[in-house]
Amino acid sequence: MFYIYCPYCGEHREEEEFHPKGQAHIERPKEPEACSDEEWGNYLFFRDNPRGVHHEMWVHAVGCRKFFNVTRHTVSYDILETYKMGEQPSITAESQSHHREAAAVSDQEEVRA
Amino acid sequence: MSNAATFDTRTDTAIPVEPPLAYSYRHSGAPRGSGYRLKLRERAMLGHLILRGGAIVLDEAVRDVLGISLPGQPQALVHDASGERSIQWLSPDEWLVIVPGGEEFPLETKLREHLGSAHFAISDVSGGQTLIELSGEAARELLMKTVIYDVHPSNFPVGKGVTTVFAKATTIIRRPSEERWELVVRRSFADYCYRWLLDAGSEYGVNVEQ
Repeated sequence: MFYIYCPYCGEHREEEEFHPKGQAHIERPKEPEACSDEEWGNYLFFRDNPRGVHHEMWVHAVGCRKFFNVTRHTVSYDILETYKMGEQPSITAESQSHHREAAAVSDQEEVRA
Repeated sequence: MSNAATFDTRTDTAIPVEPPLAYSYRHSGAPRGSGYRLKLRERAMLGHLILRGGAIVLDEAVRDVLGISLPGQPQALVHDASGERSIQWLSPDEWLVIVPGGEEFPLETKLREHLGSAHFAISDVSGGQTLIELSGEAARELLMKTVIYDVHPSNFPVGKGVTTVFAKATTIIRRPSEERWELVVRRSFADYCYRWLLDAGSEYGVNVEQ
């Protein structure tokens, strides 16, 4: 079970109160008429399925009934952060990989020392 | 004044009206007696209004009309001096106002007049939900085994109200005072919740006040 922090309620709540709503930050093409079939198909049907950091949309269905975003690690199931709609994540796959590289470098340095 | 169509749901015509739990009392009974540790009381036929809109605009209107300021903090519940009228935060742009029965339509009209052309919505949901009051020393114990939310006083002080899952039904749980808890349940779930309360409370002894 997840224990999810709702950024609108300002509290951690049980997973039972929430519903996952799929990938976050999907932007509808500004001019659908000008899209190629491939672009439109990618927008409509294709979703990321990363191994690692993933941004998802959740709704606090029993509670404030607001949508918000969750950054979740798909391997460890860790929820790294939650943030309101319209905001940008502070933790991304890139920031995490930099973090890991930095950690690896410092580990090596420690071994050398 | 907005041009929304409004009407008073309480008419002068003599229509037989039953509280939402009347059916449950007939079918499941209403235990009475002494030696109980849990007391149930339905406070039926109250006026329930849902206010939606910007906090600043609504706060001003509610302050002038009702004399209570709109709770801006999440999960907050405020009462007026008499304790009969309350406003609860439901979501960043949504509040639940509960007033004595019959007051909701005049209140709605006054709020609409006050809010004018502002961007807001007021819905009268009095017929859709009912309020059940729990008291007695076992009230918190019963909630502990029924709801998924932490009802320990350190997490649930007086003046808090949350929308959560009560025995699989969506319910608003409120704590207006030290010894009382309130459940705002959907009318269609009222019988289910009542029977759940009787069953769950049987180990403590239940007294139903009608």
